[in-house]
Amino acid sequence: MPRLVSHPDEVKVVSKRFGQGAANIDKYIELGGYEAIRKCLAQGPDWVIEEMKASNLRGRGGAGFPTGMKWSFVPKQSAKPKYVLINGDESEPGTCKDHLIFLHDPHSVIEGTIIAGLAIGSKMGFIYLRGEYRYLLEIMEKAVADAYAKGFLGKNIFGTDTEFQIITQSGAGAYEVGEESALMESLEGKRGVPRIKPPFPAVVGLYGGPTVINNAETIATVPHVINMGGTAFAAIGSPRNGGTRLFGISGHIERPGVYELPMGYNLKKMIYDVAGGVRGGRTLKAVVPGGSSTPVLLPEEIENLGMDFDQVGKAGSMLGSGGVVVIDDQTCIVEFALRTISFYQHESCGWCIPCREGTDWLKKSLTRFHAGFGTAKDIDNIRYLAENMMGRTFCPLGDAAAMPTLGFVKKFRKEFEDHLDGKPCPFAKHGAPELTIV
Amino acid sequence: MTAETMSIFSPKVAARFDALVEKYPVRRSALVPMLLYAQDEIGYLSDAVIAEVAQRIGITELDVRNVATYYSMLRFKPAGKYNVQVCTNISCMLRGAYDVFEKFQEELGIGHKGVTSDGVFSLEEVECIGACCWAPAIQVNYDFHDDLTPESVSGILAQYRQKSEGQNNA
Repeated sequence: MPRLVSHPDEVKVVSKRFGQGAANIDKYIELGGYEAIRKCLAQGPDWVIEEMKASNLRGRGGAGFPTGMKWSFVPKQSAKPKYVLINGDESEPGTCKDHLIFLHDPHSVIEGTIIAGLAIGSKMGFIYLRGEYRYLLEIMEKAVADAYAKGFLGKNIFGTDTEFQIITQSGAGAYEVGEESALMESLEGKRGVPRIKPPFPAVVGLYGGPTVINNAETIATVPHVINMGGTAFAAIGSPRNGGTRLFGISGHIERPGVYELPMGYNLKKMIYDVAGGVRGGRTLKAVVPGGSSTPVLLPEEIENLGMDFDQVGKAGSMLGSGGVVVIDDQTCIVEFALRTISFYQHESCGWCIPCREGTDWLKKSLTRFHAGFGTAKDIDNIRYLAENMMGRTFCPLGDAAAMPTLGFVKKFRKEFEDHLDGKPCPFAKHGAPELTIV
Repeated sequence: MTAETMSIFSPKVAARFDALVEKYPVRRSALVPMLLYAQDEIGYLSDAVIAEVAQRIGITELDVRNVATYYSMLRFKPAGKYNVQVCTNISCMLRGAYDVFEKFQEELGIGHKGVTSDGVFSLEEVECIGACCWAPAIQVNYDFHDDLTPESVSGILAQYRQKSEGQNNA
């Protein structure tokens, strides 16, 4: 069972019901649940969108797109039905925040989905969970059934004329399906390959209808925004980055876990104060700030770094999914880079050549390099290969593979050079990593 | 086709599939979950599974195979009764996942994608399973086990071995 953690610096908004049995619908209601949707039904869609815009809530999946704006892009009139699609295909290495939301507060996801539906004029929402999250899917399915039984979902929700249905869906193992257009393909019963954009999902999405796609954490945040008011929510965070965020801290850290902290919270403080510092009193070597696709940061780069989309972007990386991976000084960065790229090579759907071939050659090059058979030229070839993947694919998976690779080569060139000329890896206790995944 | 007379699935699963295809605006949206639930019951996507799923959705078997081969959880040959999936991705790797994976290989006498001769266990090295903050973590079928060390391995295996024997004797 995932362990819950806490720290005095936390501001519990999204996580405030964690550990309190709120998967039970009556408990959820007792803790203030399903109040936000009632308010929204009374106030109407335009008010909801204005509150969302005022909240400065930005997409928690990684792209950081303002949620209110995303909802406002959906055309008011549409010949085809409109849909809300919740992305719970949480698969970015280093990320396990949605896991806790589904486990502890499934009704917040349902309530947020109904609110999104009301805002855009949709009658149907889908909640898609990765296939590995079967026990969480069962929790969500029960929560949805309970919401139907109470009349919170169905033809006349909360005794009004408004209709809203929710369907839960299971994936079957594919990182790529976390990309919004691939997610729609998967939900339509196809291979999860991305669609070319434009048209964007807000215009042509699921089954060809206008579709809003939100991350599970984003949608679980929505009822809280409504309850506290958009402006109050925005005030918790930093400029243009409203509210709090569930930061998952993992790797070589004393107290790993998911902590809810205000946007803009200092990364160094997060590692040393909140999560207890590097495990075993070792020295920090590097930090991956927002899931494995985000470029690595050095200790000197996190000194004054506030964890929001803009500040981390300015520091040359990304806030991404908020999965902070801490790396100590006993770690081989070449091995870490290889394990990172092996994942993207495994998950590339093969649709776009720069991604399919690029990830494969990066893995091959890094495997050889780590085994001590690299040449000086390889270092520049790895960089060149990664640079040429950037921006040349339909979906961001190619970038997700190239960006961290570029970061490792650029910031740890010396360590790459230490592997040259048949020298054994100075760190790895296993020799070459096993990486049997094919 | 009536589910009662021709289905290779249990009446319960067949009834579930009857409902599933009607649930969505478009019938084939049921395809991916249906394949996974079919695998849960039969053990893998056999030719018979593919044929029945294709018929239920109303698409060709080739179309079903085309989709099924995309998803890493779907398999085309049997795994063990308990499929041990060890995550070795970065957060798990940093906390000793390869030692845990090695220990499983040692205890079971099989490697990546191997199945024990009694068919009770299979082993797989898998990508991130979304338990990074409780690493290293594994899944046995759909059950999560986290905060592992190599020392936890034999206990976990014993637990499932016991479960398997209990079912055989029942």
